Amino acid sequence: MDTVWLARWQFALTALFHFIFVPLTLGLSFLVAIMETVYVKTGNETYLRMTKFFGKLFLINFALGLVTGITLEFEFGMNWAQYSKFVGDIFGSPLAIEATLAFFLESTFLGVWIFGWKKVSKKVHALSAWLVAFGTNISALWILIANAWMQHPIGYVIRNGRAEFVNFWAAVLQPYAILKFLHTVHAGYVVGAFFVMGISAYHLLKHQEIDLFKRAFKIGAYFGLYAAIVVFIIGDLHAFEVAKTQPTKLAAMESVWNTEKGVPLYLIQFPDEAHKRNAIQWFGIPKLLSILAYHNPNASIKGLKSFPRNDRPPVTITFISFRTMVGLGAIFIIFALIAYYLIKADRLLDKRWFLKLMLYAIPLPYLACELGWIVAEVGRQPWIVYGLLRTSQAVSTAVNTAQVVMTLIGFVFLYGTLGFIDIYLLFKYARKVPEPATTKGGY
Amino acid sequence: MLNTIWFALWGLLWAVYFMLDGFDFGVGILHLFVAKDDLERRMVINTIGPVWDGNEVWLITAGGATFAAFPTTYAYMFSYLYTPLFLILASLILRGVSFEFRGKIELEGWKRFWDFVIFLFSLMPAILFGIAFGNIFKGLPFDANGYHGTLFTLLNPYGLLTGVFFLLLFLEHGALWLSFKASNKVAERAKSTAQKTWPLLLIVAGLFLIFTKWATKLYNNYINHPVWFIVPAIAVISLVLIRIFMKTSYVKAFISSCVLIITVVFTGIIGLYPNLIPSSIDPACNLTIFNSSSSQYTLKVMLIVVIIFVPIVIAYQLWAHMLFKEAIKKEDLEDKEVAAY
Repeated sequence: MDTVWLARWQFALTALFHFIFVPLTLGLSFLVAIMETVYVKTGNETYLRMTKFFGKLFLINFALGLVTGITLEFEFGMNWAQYSKFVGDIFGSPLAIEATLAFFLESTFLGVWIFGWKKVSKKVHALSAWLVAFGTNISALWILIANAWMQHPIGYVIRNGRAEFVNFWAAVLQPYAILKFLHTVHAGYVVGAFFVMGISAYHLLKHQEIDLFKRAFKIGAYFGLYAAIVVFIIGDLHAFEVAKTQPTKLAAMESVWNTEKGVPLYLIQFPDEAHKRNAIQWFGIPKLLSILAYHNPNASIKGLKSFPRNDRPPVTITFISFRTMVGLGAIFIIFALIAYYLIKADRLLDKRWFLKLMLYAIPLPYLACELGWIVAEVGRQPWIVYGLLRTSQAVSTAVNTAQVVMTLIGFVFLYGTLGFIDIYLLFKYARKVPEPATTKGGY
Repeated sequence: MLNTIWFALWGLLWAVYFMLDGFDFGVGILHLFVAKDDLERRMVINTIGPVWDGNEVWLITAGGATFAAFPTTYAYMFSYLYTPLFLILASLILRGVSFEFRGKIELEGWKRFWDFVIFLFSLMPAILFGIAFGNIFKGLPFDANGYHGTLFTLLNPYGLLTGVFFLLLFLEHGALWLSFKASNKVAERAKSTAQKTWPLLLIVAGLFLIFTKWATKLYNNYINHPVWFIVPAIAVISLVLIRIFMKTSYVKAFISSCVLIITVVFTGIIGLYPNLIPSSIDPACNLTIFNSSSSQYTLKVMLIVVIIFVPIVIAYQLWAHMLFKEAIKKEDLEDKEVAAY
């Protein structure tokens, strides 16, 4: 086991763990803000209770998202010092901007939101919820601009043995960054919407607080339908951008080995990396892959074999993750459409099977988010900055294997314990019946 | 010029971070001692409830600014100080979740456990940040061949002294905060703690100033440019003012403590200039604001960002602090819309 391998595992685990909590924060922050706004507009106390119920779940989830984010910022310097030195001129800026523009906004107004029920007016309180939501989403924007630069470096020159900015806006406004941002936040909205629908379904199945949870389900269904459709469309445009900028990643995502024109999409397919071919490819739909990747039926797709062996990413994991993510994305649209229809037809309570389905569907959008990151990061290998710096050259030289092992064990233990407690608390408070409008005591 | 401005900003971000999270650390350590039952402990925790998270963001910003403005320093600082940083990170994670977790299950043992977590993991970063900065003032053992230290290299007498110094600074700071943010018996105990801590802080501050002469080269800049002695002088005056104000107003004593922490950090920062991290074995390898900085273009872009947005941040954080300026009273703890933890 070498330091590179250990540092990669550490980054993968800490980033994927962080991203268990982030997408719900992205989506639920807006949903809670919407609920509170409806309360302020209508004065209907049901929405106030709804806001507080989902607000509490938001906070339990938020705590772990917040603290696990700091790890990642430190990790670039601790484990990836050579990377930090090489890209710091470019990569450090969006991180610092993220903290300045987003984290302060998010954390300060979250404090106002939690502790300020009696300190500020209803409108300012609801505004605080919106500012928290904007804060989390602005944070996503800047960190994804940073990540997009690793996927598609732009606006730089190599000078003084490192990458230096010559055009800040080129990196900030590049399509890759904008698409990645939109795709990721909408994935978070799907997580939030399915979370709200799933928990509402649980209570509806138990016949408690029917009115409140029907209304909550409705908000979740509308938001979810919008998000599920948009995440899918943006995903397609994003893949189109990947095809242009990261041909090795695209080839791995689709497991294309030979360079061909008018490539079909095989519905059932499985890569055989050892023999540089597909073990199975059945039910090909002619030219579909060329259409999806390049929006042109006769486009040629470069196969993996046309790249040097040491420039190819791991194929199987990238391929499976991508396929599963896309499949899940399609399922989300179907579920959201059914939810929308049942709400419109007011038949939600009759369809207990669907309520059960939505309850057990809560983990699926989370899974899709994690798989999306695996596609993005494993598919970029062997590069840490695509085409510029290899992952193997990016680790800290001052750090030895024992140190990384120690911190890796530390993180696994720490995150394992905290993750278990946090999810336990989420379950505990999701099952509770929302409290009456005015409450005293409690904690 | 840009490099020097960024050096000052770098120092300022760390100074503001210590000024703000410093009282959170102090409060976290003291809550086991100034609060005698669950209600009192909740009172203590709720005094920092609305602000601790926003305070911690200054650390993320200081880290991010180091990365953006001085990437080579960021890379070396974080990989050389690997183990202490991991411990700080683990502490901040545990401290952060414990505020949220503590009140979520109504079991005596559960709450006591998280109380202890809050104590221990406020204590650790308070000392570790001191040790880390003491060693930065002193210089780290690296040369052209890399880093030659371990965790134990950092535990030298001067590093440990700085660790104790930071701990006492934060204890005093937290005790002063509780003196006017808590109420009744808790506030009284905090006041008495602040009064008892002050002489210790005075002694250790004196030792720090003396040992700095032998352990570091910080005073060279002051001897060459004596005008800068004004900064440590303000630190000493603030320290004395804390004592004087404790007789009349704990708010004023707390503000003096804020000034003290800022000027202590700047006493070190000015002494370091133009180094960010000096090498203790080969001065030719010192990481300076010139050889470890970003390009002029990046420094300029980031300066514009800072000039526009940091004043906005300061404005709304001050607004939030004013919103929660009232002391937490026992009856507030009955009402979860006022005291949420």
